[in-house]
Amino acid sequence: MVEVQSVSKSYGLKAVVDDVSVNIQKGKITSFIGPNGAGKSTLLSIISRLMSADTGEVLIDGQKVNETKSRDLAKKMAILKQSNHLNLRLSVRDLVAFGRFPYSQGKLTKEDHVHIDEALRYMELEELQDRYLDQLSGGQKQRAFIAMTIAQDTEYILLDEPLNNLDMKHSVQIMKVLRRLADELGKTVLIVIHDINFASVYSDYIVALKDGKIEAQGTVNEIITTLTLKQVYGMDMSIQEINNQKICVYFS
Amino acid sequence: MREKGKLIILILLSAASIAGYMFIELGPNWDYALPRRAEKIAAIVLTGTVIAVATLLFQTVTNNRILTPSIIGLDSLYMLVQTTLVFFLGSTSLTVMNKQVNFAISIGFMVLFALVLYRLLFRREGQSIYFLLLLGLIFGTFFGSFTSFMQVLIDPNEFQIIQDRMFASFNNVQTEVLMMAAVITAAMLLYLMKFFKYLDVLSLGKETAINLGVEYDYTVKRLLVIIAVLISVATALVGPITFLGLLVVNVAYEMFKTYKHSVLIFASILVSIAALAGGQMIVEHVFTFSTQLSVIINFIGGIYFIYLLLRESKK
Repeated sequence: MVEVQSVSKSYGLKAVVDDVSVNIQKGKITSFIGPNGAGKSTLLSIISRLMSADTGEVLIDGQKVNETKSRDLAKKMAILKQSNHLNLRLSVRDLVAFGRFPYSQGKLTKEDHVHIDEALRYMELEELQDRYLDQLSGGQKQRAFIAMTIAQDTEYILLDEPLNNLDMKHSVQIMKVLRRLADELGKTVLIVIHDINFASVYSDYIVALKDGKIEAQGTVNEIITTLTLKQVYGMDMSIQEINNQKICVYFS
Repeated sequence: MREKGKLIILILLSAASIAGYMFIELGPNWDYALPRRAEKIAAIVLTGTVIAVATLLFQTVTNNRILTPSIIGLDSLYMLVQTTLVFFLGSTSLTVMNKQVNFAISIGFMVLFALVLYRLLFRREGQSIYFLLLLGLIFGTFFGSFTSFMQVLIDPNEFQIIQDRMFASFNNVQTEVLMMAAVITAAMLLYLMKFFKYLDVLSLGKETAINLGVEYDYTVKRLLVIIAVLISVATALVGPITFLGLLVVNVAYEMFKTYKHSVLIFASILVSIAALAGGQMIVEHVFTFSTQLSVIINFIGGIYFIYLLLRESKK
């Protein structure tokens, strides 16, 4: 379990994350939603030690994140940020192989290659594995980066806007993979996501942030309601049930 | 493997330029000329190695392939130290003063400055590395202006002596200094071994490196110290020459098209040695000392730099 205990972080005078406490359930997909500037990405960065909190603690399976060795954490938790611009000549397989670094420290073993193959298969990248990253489309690149975090073989996978710049087909593909990671392999997935319908259809829990504070949290059915979403986004949405899935219609 | 083939070609090329430098027009007094040339070649190999390694590390740490460590301002500080010595002690100090003392003073100041700069930078958490570059740039300009100011005030004859120092030169390297430089370099390279495996990961960027379990701040701080010491050694040994690094590291990247530092580091070192030894050969036998090696390096390096900028902006 990930326990976030009254975490705050401010830039100058502006509190970006303001006394946030939340527990993330194991083996489930939890989505962080909220308007721009709500502090979702910052919170994810703090949970994954990319940033340190001004006050408060983050515990992963009872261990304090800022007191755990970085290498040990890397075997427990993988984080993928939204901008992945690389100026390197790297093949897809090379990139995915980097996911094994916490284990191999650069010298790949047979077992590492098994994990790399598995990750490539999971993201359906086998045919692209020898292509260089600069020859890939945005969606393929994003899949390659996700494959790297899968190869890292961690219990917790944190993704910051994994659907950014992807079309519907690739977005659905990636969300289905995340669903399988949670359902088949029991991984805990945390994502920051903008499209509330993707959050509604594919996640188990939703945490809604606004102005650095938690506005609401709970299961999909508890959060995807006209009332709650009005509190979070400040606009009226009608919620339609289509094929047992809650879809928000926010075009007015 | 193709990588191995290319490395062998580079080894042959640098061996050829070293041999060429050593034996061309050796003349009848070879027993006099050879040890002197050997001394210069040793300085060339040492400087080439140091500059190549420092630049490769610097570009990896900053994730930027058109930067050289000279941006931290160490070159300008070196000139400031030399000018200050002449300003207060007179030009005889440079010629009379023990070379080792001068070397030690120069290195001492440069390393001290780098450490102070890093302290300033890393005191606050989450400071961007570009802040360091900006600070370095400002200090570098300040040192440069202050140096010119002092140079304007001193006697023109004394200025001549300083001017000699403004261009990198292998023409008056002394064995005692060379030994000191070699020992320091060896120690730094040995220390670098400890962090070598992290370099590939660091080139993926800060966030990915942290994700993959690299103690980022710790590692980068130590790499920056290694860079500062290496650059100081090279500059104090032959003068401002960091521009060479940009050239050789990029040639290595272009030749090998890889991200693997285990290959890149040897490739850059070999290109660097070949360029320096070959360049020095041209300076001595084609131009018969009418120009300095660094002039040639800066000329070719400058053209290459502009080419890089143009190509980057097209992307």
